[in-house]
Amino acid sequence: MATETLTLGRALTLGLRRALEHDPKVVIMGEDVGKLGGVFRITDQLQKDFGENRVIDTPLAESGIIGTAVGLAIRGYRPICEIQFDGFVYPAYDQIVSQVAKMHYRSQGKVKMPIVIRIPFGGGIGAVEHHSESPEAYFAHTAGLKVVACSNPQDAYVMIQQAVRSDDPVVFLEPKRRYHEKGRVDTDTEVATAYPLNASRVVRSGSDVTVLAYGPMVRTALDAATAAEEDGRSLEVIDLRTLSPFDLDPVYDSVRRTGRCVVVHEAPSNVGLGAELAARITENCFYSLESPVLRVTGFDTPYPAARLEEDYLPNLDRVLDAVDRTFGW
Amino acid sequence: MAKGDRGTTTRGKRATPRAGRSRSGRAGDPELVQLLTPEGERIDSVTGPDGTEYTVDFTDEEYRGLYRDLVVIRKLDAEATALQRQGELGIWASLLGQEAAQVGSGRALRPQDMAFPTYREHGVLYCRGIDPIMPLGLFRGVDQGGWDPNEFKFNMYTIVIGAQTLHATGYAMGITMDGKTGTDDGEAVIAYFGDGATSQGDVNEAFVWSSVFNAPIVFFCQNNQYAISEPLERQTRIPLYQRSSGFGFPGIRVDGNDVLATYAVTRAALDNARHGQGPTMIEAYTYRMGAHTTTDDPTRYRIASEVEAWQAKDPIARVRAFLEKQQIADEAFFAGVDEEAKQESLSLRERVLAMPDPQPLTLFDHVHAEGSPEVDAQRDQLAAYLDSFEGSTH
Repeated sequence: MATETLTLGRALTLGLRRALEHDPKVVIMGEDVGKLGGVFRITDQLQKDFGENRVIDTPLAESGIIGTAVGLAIRGYRPICEIQFDGFVYPAYDQIVSQVAKMHYRSQGKVKMPIVIRIPFGGGIGAVEHHSESPEAYFAHTAGLKVVACSNPQDAYVMIQQAVRSDDPVVFLEPKRRYHEKGRVDTDTEVATAYPLNASRVVRSGSDVTVLAYGPMVRTALDAATAAEEDGRSLEVIDLRTLSPFDLDPVYDSVRRTGRCVVVHEAPSNVGLGAELAARITENCFYSLESPVLRVTGFDTPYPAARLEEDYLPNLDRVLDAVDRTFGW
Repeated sequence: MAKGDRGTTTRGKRATPRAGRSRSGRAGDPELVQLLTPEGERIDSVTGPDGTEYTVDFTDEEYRGLYRDLVVIRKLDAEATALQRQGELGIWASLLGQEAAQVGSGRALRPQDMAFPTYREHGVLYCRGIDPIMPLGLFRGVDQGGWDPNEFKFNMYTIVIGAQTLHATGYAMGITMDGKTGTDDGEAVIAYFGDGATSQGDVNEAFVWSSVFNAPIVFFCQNNQYAISEPLERQTRIPLYQRSSGFGFPGIRVDGNDVLATYAVTRAALDNARHGQGPTMIEAYTYRMGAHTTTDDPTRYRIASEVEAWQAKDPIARVRAFLEKQQIADEAFFAGVDEEAKQESLSLRERVLAMPDPQPLTLFDHVHAEGSPEVDAQRDQLAAYLDSFEGSTH
């Protein structure tokens, strides 16, 4: 087994490289993805090695990036579209939800949309407005799309390759504040037989409270679990990984054991994924619950100025506070 | 003479004596390629602004075939409108008045070319060899359009205005990446849209992309003068075909009620594209004689005299006049075409009425290519619910 210590960003780069090597129909397209290697350098060196027809620098037009990817997909290509920042995806929103998501359904299965839409998402990097948003609920609400979020280098390496091989369109969320966090990556992982793209995973076992998180908040949840242990509380942390469709059997199993659940995400709480998760857990685990499912989220405000984002974003203390409150019922 | 009716085209050396009347009535009116006048007189060839000579050289049989196409498509369209009025279709988007634009461009396509329609290209669909009943399932609400886009090289109808122009552009980029341009048997793409769509961001983005990637694409704008109720003046202050010059590729205006000119101009643009010369925008100057859709009331926003003026430019009448003058067709032929169109429309009616409603559980089919446990679970729930009714055979 070949393992390397890589940052999440480098693991993505390596995964994209493998995807380009694996299938000549895979192309990467986006703003600045070529010579620059993307603003986060996730496509670093790929144009140099695969050429301008495989790694395509596009005009600055998000609807165009997704809309032309639709045509390329109809032609038999497997486009990987990079949206530079979360807040820039909205000009492409119509193409994603009205076209990409529905082509397979409308064509009664005759047209496939094997498109990956990569979006660096979330805050915590001190950016200006429109650079720190969490748009996952918009896409999870749309039938026909798969929405996934990676949280660590090993998953990043494998999940991006699995997303590219999927015949369904995948909105692939990358936790931009975790791009530089390192971890061990098994570069020999066989993508086809690896842990599946559409599965959640228990990343820390515990017995008192189930904590659900994805993307950048998985690290926060794990840190909270470590801190809680010092207080004598055992948190079970589940990395949801897939946000649409959800994989909730591991969640139900966990909640039935712990009787308590806290959902953590950066996106605002109103009509967010936390609400959906709370409803489903209530429906399925009602008699096991010792307290309501609680949410720890961003607030129902636009993403604030950078000097306020530490107040906006869920952190270790807010997670622990919610854990405490689950014992108050 | 109405504005834009007959252009200030430079005629080829075989120009007809009518060339002397070719100047339009108002200074600054744009040029318009025309090969068949509203009176049915043939203009041998027209030289475009870039020196391209537009002409057609059809056999008598081919001329008759074009006439037949126009008549059949108009009849099928009328039948669909009637079906809607009788409650058999939820809605219908009529092509009445735009038959020549659609047949001319549709017949100019080669088998390997790919078309991206709006929701009104029933005539192009017919030219692609697709059973005309196919879009009626969409408008009846029993399916979402039933043809295979790849088999017929005719993509699904697109309702969101202009979205398909980007799909067409991406497909055209794929042709280039596949190395399928630069030869006589290269591939090309045609993207259909209307005058209203030219205001959309997607259409303008498609122009940018096609231009910078030199994509083998023809943008075919059917300017039918109205976007539902909004007149052309609400979309543009310059002739639409001139838009393309700002994006770096040629644009040309053709008489969209002239099937011969539309054919000639589209064929030339497609050939340019397939030979690697990049995009062209064609503005087919035409008129929507009917309503935008059957829910529309055009009497609220346009006057009868305008409609009457366009009736004088009818795309079918002029071909018939031409065939008669040239003695290419006789009364028996015209009667035969009418009968054929009638039979096709009767068949269409019978088959539409026989279209079964879809089974409830099919609503879960094809949401995802690779399936979804959540969608499967909802299918199971609905199945169990339906089974709870006595005698259910869902």
